[in-house]
Amino acid sequence: MADLNPIHAWQRMLAQPNESRGKTVFVAFLTALFCTLLVSGATVLLRPVQTANRAAETQARLEALLAAIPGMSDILAASEEAQLSTVVIDLARGRAAENVTPGTLESALMDTANWTALSPEEDVAGIGNRPDYAQVFLLREGEAIRLMILPIAGAGYNGPIDAMLAVNGDMETIAGIAITAQSETPGLGARIEEPRWQESFAGTRWQDASGEMRFAVAKGPATTDYEVDGITGATRTSNAMSRIIRFWLGPQGYGPLIAAVKRGEF
Amino acid sequence: MALPRIFTEPLLGRNPVTVQILGICSSLAVTTSLETAATMAASLTVVLVLSSLAVSLIRRHLPNSIRLIVQIVIVASLVIVIDQVLQAYLFEISQRLSVFVGLITTNCLVLGRTEGFARSNPPLPSMIDALGNGLGYSAILLAVGAIRELFGQGTLMGLTVLPTAEQGGWFTPLSLMLLAPSAFFILGFAVWALRSAFPEQQEAPEHVPPEVQEARP
Repeated sequence: MADLNPIHAWQRMLAQPNESRGKTVFVAFLTALFCTLLVSGATVLLRPVQTANRAAETQARLEALLAAIPGMSDILAASEEAQLSTVVIDLARGRAAENVTPGTLESALMDTANWTALSPEEDVAGIGNRPDYAQVFLLREGEAIRLMILPIAGAGYNGPIDAMLAVNGDMETIAGIAITAQSETPGLGARIEEPRWQESFAGTRWQDASGEMRFAVAKGPATTDYEVDGITGATRTSNAMSRIIRFWLGPQGYGPLIAAVKRGEF
Repeated sequence: MALPRIFTEPLLGRNPVTVQILGICSSLAVTTSLETAATMAASLTVVLVLSSLAVSLIRRHLPNSIRLIVQIVIVASLVIVIDQVLQAYLFEISQRLSVFVGLITTNCLVLGRTEGFARSNPPLPSMIDALGNGLGYSAILLAVGAIRELFGQGTLMGLTVLPTAEQGGWFTPLSLMLLAPSAFFILGFAVWALRSAFPEQQEAPEHVPPEVQEARP
């Protein structure tokens, strides 16, 4: 009669010569099974903590960005109503998206149909594909928009740069910037994270009266209203920042939204 | 070999980085500051000890034909777990280490120890060997990280040691120290210094140029 005791079967398997085909498959399978359990267990158990970390990080950046812009903390403190509201924007139409909410944005962006491929001429920021929807933050004072915070992204020198750009309610000047992710050269390009450089964005214009895009990161100190200071020794990162901001404030980026806010449609 | 010797040998005499020149890639990439170097060193040591233990436990049942891939799978799984733990509890540092924690998988040091030692030794000596190698690697990483952070930014663990000119001090940071080549230079000088101090670490030259007789007319 066949021995069905699993412990004996296990011992028989282990007693086989190491090079036999059955044992090779058996060891490979057991290792794979054990490692799968280990990895998926760790991922599943730790995911809530990681998600909370990332959310806290974004929130902290947002608050730091608001705090760095003159007068913003006063507005937030002054009235209960002056709260940041979150809106998902349909970028091409320049208005609030109809069937995408902040909660469903992530799953909507999983679908490649919600991305627009950019031609090389359009793609100055080096992102390849642009999402059709983006989550922006609006700070209102009464009915008027006082500040609009726009997430932007693009290719830097060493890797992608993610940032949040704050635009004043006049929709003419930049209020501030916060870098949320970058991998530029430490001590050179990574200085885009320094508050001293970010301060030079406040009050910068990006287009002239005719609507032409004029924004640039200068080579050296800024000389015009349309420039911010350059970073010594980080020409490529400076140029990347120029291109990213020009793209996202331009017609392929938040241009339609900014035009709509100017017309008072928000 | 006696257990204490297994432990002390890789610290200096057979240091994995300066003598065997293993794991160089990560020691260049993560040593811009002491904090990232310390996190990386700790992660590598943990992965090394645990994978040595795992490989040593199954060493009698490890078929020769698939031994490398089994070892790599074990190492890779442990690395993913460590990476997830860092992302959960040391979020800021894990952001700065970016992909380099994941690259511990391909660090020749780990596979070198599991393949070269743990596969043919019982668990306890394997773990001690792994710990010694991990600490030997950590020592080099911390030294390079400390030099680079001190001279590149004038700080140690983020605390100002040499007040930089920008903050009103006297020290002008050496930007080169923050770039990858400087780690090569420091490592090169360290290897030079160690091999001068311990001549037995020097390798025999692989090629000896032939003596050429001067041609006479």
